[in-house]
Amino acid sequence: MLTIASTTFKSRLFVGTGKFSSAAEMKQAIEASESQMVTVALRRVDLENPEDDIMTALDRDKICFLPNTSGARDAEEAIRLAHLARAAGNTPWLKLEVTPDPRTLLPDPVDTLKATEQLVKEGFIVLPYMNVDPVLALRLQDVGAAAVMPLGSPIGTNMGISNKLQLEIIIEQARVPVVVDAGLGAPSHATEAMEMGADAVLVNTAIAVAGDPIRMAKAFRDAVHAGREAFEAGLGRQSTSASASSPETNISTPNLDFISN
Amino acid sequence: MFTLPDLSLLRQRALNANQNDVLTAMGRGAGDIEALATLLSPAAELLLPQLAGRAGEITAQRFGKTTQIYAPLYLSNFCNNRCAYCGFAANNKIHRRKLTVEEAVSEALLLQQRGFQHILLVTGEAPAKAGVDYLEEVALALRDHFAAVSIEVQPLEQHEYNRLFKAGITAVAVYQETYDKEVYDKVHLAGKKCDYQYRIETPARAAAAGMREVGIGTLLGLADWRSEGLALGLHLAWLRKNFWRTSFTVSFPRLRPAAGAFEPFSTVVEKNLSQLIFALRIFDPDVGLVLSTREEARFRDGMLGLGPTRYSAGSVTSPGGYSHEDHEGEQFSIGDQRSITEVCAAIASRGFDPVCKDWDVEFQH
Repeated sequence: MLTIASTTFKSRLFVGTGKFSSAAEMKQAIEASESQMVTVALRRVDLENPEDDIMTALDRDKICFLPNTSGARDAEEAIRLAHLARAAGNTPWLKLEVTPDPRTLLPDPVDTLKATEQLVKEGFIVLPYMNVDPVLALRLQDVGAAAVMPLGSPIGTNMGISNKLQLEIIIEQARVPVVVDAGLGAPSHATEAMEMGADAVLVNTAIAVAGDPIRMAKAFRDAVHAGREAFEAGLGRQSTSASASSPETNISTPNLDFISN
Repeated sequence: MFTLPDLSLLRQRALNANQNDVLTAMGRGAGDIEALATLLSPAAELLLPQLAGRAGEITAQRFGKTTQIYAPLYLSNFCNNRCAYCGFAANNKIHRRKLTVEEAVSEALLLQQRGFQHILLVTGEAPAKAGVDYLEEVALALRDHFAAVSIEVQPLEQHEYNRLFKAGITAVAVYQETYDKEVYDKVHLAGKKCDYQYRIETPARAAAAGMREVGIGTLLGLADWRSEGLALGLHLAWLRKNFWRTSFTVSFPRLRPAAGAFEPFSTVVEKNLSQLIFALRIFDPDVGLVLSTREEARFRDGMLGLGPTRYSAGSVTSPGGYSHEDHEGEQFSIGDQRSITEVCAAIASRGFDPVCKDWDVEFQH
């Protein structure tokens, strides 16, 4: 079971709500994914409107509504959006996105850290979207991030995990859950992240723009489950050279005759 | 707060391990506590040369062909504790002495003349005699003479460690001695050291105070060494996770003859000590591993490059012992009697660089 800020989740697949062809299709895809954490761009929804099509499609008894600050260019804008989310959306949960470059939508490390620190002080449960930077991940945890969300690859690229080495370091050092976000274009990418020991993944585009989003949502559900199972079962170490299935060693064996007993 | 989990399952797993498990564990390595248990197993003992090879590869990769050199400087042997194994125990009738700041400086200058730039200040645990005020004064007097000054003294509070950090102290060593609570209670007969939990929380306080490096360790010969190795691994991993800005070292002092004629509860032979060192190196490629002059020259020379990264040299374990031939009032008698020059020559002859300076006082000015 995944636990973030004392809330437990059976599913380790988070999904996004953008880019679907209709709210109805989005609703079906979310149900098929069995996700319990769904992120919604604050700029996309009208939280004041009880008839908002995205919000009415979400069963908030079953899923955790995770508003995000998509579009914020700096800490100040993100904090303003966060206040709106808490007031109108009635939740302390927040996926913090600070993306000053509208082309790449890569997160700004400096303002993300600044906004995280401020929002944690104000009582938000902050899950910051971040680049694959191990020291930044630690700094974000130090100021109270409830989870960290390093990107697999730049958003929308479908490139999967492009900085595996540093993601491994983030996972190894983490004191809070690590959720791999952005760039996961295929279920195999999600499996890979889970096999590495990520606590969860967030997928949006790959499901929303698939030929059949509902079947793709199921594929990701199964892929995440398989990856987690493999991680918990204990994977064998990869090697660049072939080795027999009965282990032998090609390690040097120093002379230990100096040891007396 | 660090608390030691029940180790019995891991221990059992290790006892049942076979040689294939050991070879697999050598590959899994870093950070895997089950692999550590396997590497500490009786099965792994039969693959000691393979363990040494892997530990050597990792050590070379991370530390190169170097080893750091330091010397302890004993400031005081007054102690309020009664630890069954220690020459400084309060009930031992030994000559007690505390160096004045001037005496400490003149001892230190002798070490400096011999070529030491990293020194470790050691006291017994008697805060009324050698408390934070005294340690701060000594630190301030020594800071401009040495590249790094560390301490091995009574456990302190976080704000006290912070004061000493500001006075130029770089690192703190504080050993649990044994993680086995029953054995701990049996050998710590009186004094503040009887508080197991306070001691186990001390490395975290030192790290939280900003110390650049914190050393942990166990005294081998008190409890089962395989369990001590596991506990060390768990403590180290917990400290790393919670204090990512701090460097860590581990020491494995084996009980040496000392006043009080304590008989070790368990025998830890060189083969066991080697296995412990190799296993911890594979478990944590970055940790500094200390091999002090408690061990004999032959063993220390042989272990070069196979895991240890820091050697003391020319050590005397009684206050004022560098200025005087008379070593009365020592904590324990040492195994490697060579001078720093001889130790460095032996290291160099094996193709390693004995590094005497690897820090600078300017970091903390």
